[in-house]
Amino acid sequence: MTKPQPLTFVLMDAPFESDRTTTAFRLLEAALEQGHDVNVFAYEGAVALSFARQARHPNAVHGRNEADEAHPLAREWIAALLQKAETKSLKVDWVNCGLCVDERGVAETISGVRRGGPPDFWAMAERAANTLVIATR
Amino acid sequence: MLTLQIIETAYRATLEEQDDPVMWITHAMRGAGAELAVLLRGNAVSYAVAGQDCSGLQFGAWKQAQPPRLVADLSSLLAKGVEVLAVEDDLVERGIATASLTEGIQLVARAKLAEVLERFPRIWHW
Repeated sequence: MTKPQPLTFVLMDAPFESDRTTTAFRLLEAALEQGHDVNVFAYEGAVALSFARQARHPNAVHGRNEADEAHPLAREWIAALLQKAETKSLKVDWVNCGLCVDERGVAETISGVRRGGPPDFWAMAERAANTLVIATR
Repeated sequence: MLTLQIIETAYRATLEEQDDPVMWITHAMRGAGAELAVLLRGNAVSYAVAGQDCSGLQFGAWKQAQPPRLVADLSSLLAKGVEVLAVEDDLVERGIATASLTEGIQLVARAKLAEVLERFPRIWHW
């Protein structure tokens, strides 16, 4: 069976700001599930999705300690997708816009995420079957 | 000072935050003694629909353990003495039957909003 062509996604929203982020991750998950290699270009606030210092916390309003709250962290979502890709012998190429990273001071990322720029995005789009832009509104 | 929290932007990162941030801060301020009321308008009227369930989010091996429970969060605000209102016209426009709403939420017609707002010396629109 022919392997599906890669898909490229552009994400732009910062973590904890929009449900577009959750939807985007659901699409990434579905793409991997369907056997696509996935390229992600994280632009503007989305570069913070992979920031390694995101931390869980207790939530007094919910009445839960840190462990029970199990607060979602986008860096863990990315790590889970990278792991899923590996187990399916697929590739996730996650590139953060370097200038956007510098502006925000979020250079410390989880492993498996690399720094790049618009030329990387262009190359990703050129080698993909299609590109979906999920922009900030 | 009695303050009305008007919530209009709905489902804004609720899955990531495991709640609605405005409802969360309303709970937190109420816990600190604030006198608050909540008015749901626009898409946020959906928060009043009982029985909504957004559990099951999963990415690879990561599974959400504590999905947002928006109806429970509203109900507990009511239990804390926070008045919760919703704009009836916004429900009708979205085809949401009043029978589907959680108990305790007061409906207000859009035409009567000015009278309701007059009751509150301070209003914050989110």
